[in-house]
Amino acid sequence: MAQHPMNSVANAGLPVALTTVDKLVNWGRTNSLWVLTYGLACCAIEMMASGASRYDFDRFGVIFRASPRQADVMIVAGTLTKKHAEFIRRLYDQMAEPKWVISMGSCANTGGMFNTYATVQGVDRVIPVDIYLPGCAPRPETLQYAVMLLQKKLRKRTIFQKQKPKRLV
Amino acid sequence: MRPYKPKDNVQKKSYYTDRFWVAPRIPEESVEDEVYKADLESLAKAVNYKKAYIMRGQLVIIIDAKDNVATLKHLKEECGYEVLSEMSAIDYLAQDGEFEIFYQLLAMSKRRRIRVKCRIKENEAIESVEPIFRSADWSEREMYDMFGIKVNNHPNLKRILMPEDWVGYPLRKTYPLHGDEAAQWYEVDKIFGKEYRDIIGPEQRDPAYVSTTDTCNFARIHHEVPRCADPNSEPEKIEVFNDDALLTETFDLKKAKIVDRNR
Repeated sequence: MAQHPMNSVANAGLPVALTTVDKLVNWGRTNSLWVLTYGLACCAIEMMASGASRYDFDRFGVIFRASPRQADVMIVAGTLTKKHAEFIRRLYDQMAEPKWVISMGSCANTGGMFNTYATVQGVDRVIPVDIYLPGCAPRPETLQYAVMLLQKKLRKRTIFQKQKPKRLV
Repeated sequence: MRPYKPKDNVQKKSYYTDRFWVAPRIPEESVEDEVYKADLESLAKAVNYKKAYIMRGQLVIIIDAKDNVATLKHLKEECGYEVLSEMSAIDYLAQDGEFEIFYQLLAMSKRRRIRVKCRIKENEAIESVEPIFRSADWSEREMYDMFGIKVNNHPNLKRILMPEDWVGYPLRKTYPLHGDEAAQWYEVDKIFGKEYRDIIGPEQRDPAYVSTTDTCNFARIHHEVPRCADPNSEPEKIEVFNDDALLTETFDLKKAKIVDRNR
């Protein structure tokens, strides 16, 4: 028995928070976006910088993982060559659903200045992309902005919604 | 005062006026250097070289393609040229129907460099110099990869840069910059199969295309404007921070401190 009389409803001090399951799950999901480290070129330096202490990606719950099995988001940072295209598709397929892709920098978006025989002209020819991030290379703030946009996108989902098959290109 | 010249068109002008400008050839000089003279005399005992001259202070020796191993062996063991710093080929197929193969040698003890050159026809093979210089291993593989020049007695002759199932040799002058058909569809064919070509469609890429609206909107990133909006239109209000995120404080610009100067 409580020694002091407690009227929780009157004082709005009810130790219960009312919310929907969707919001709770999305809250968890958006604040623990684990990222598959996919540094292919100089954009990876900016990606590393955004993970380091000055920009501190951990604030967003973004933790870099080296395994596709533990990742929700793939940040493709850099030039994708045709020799490597096969592997990026394989790693994308190995990620658990739901999964998202951020294409970081001009090279990943469109091939950039490497309009040659050996470069894939945009990763969206191989894997479906959710957010295109312009810049050469994008600043860490830009990458964080992209992650915030992705979080905004995730908040619109309901938990039983299956991820629709995404369109290429 | 100097007369005014418009400077906004300088590159274009030089492109049109100097389009057929041919760079002057560096003159070939006779061999005067004592060290090089001694090397050439020593080499003449082992191999019958075709021609030797000095270009920019470096000795260039032109040999028959069959003598490449004997020449390099002699230069390494007798003359002290112990480093093969570079070797590759040049495509002269359109001009002469031949490849030129060059070996760049360095003698650390003498502070001298020698370039050995030879020429082969398109379908001929050259003998490997890998037993003499280990660095030739990857160089010869690269030569095979990029030009399609076969190398006899190479320990591991396969492609080094391009994937194994690549079609064609990219550094030949006849190879298009954007790749042939097999190259353009390489990743699609490999991952999805050839039937998928119709679904994806050809690359919609014109490197010369510049969209003015895109450029305007691109400069105003972080100020959202609709796609292909009028360049002078006002950006919309950003709503990124203001959706109902759980347990998150809504961002308020009035409360925020804006840092306008870096310390």
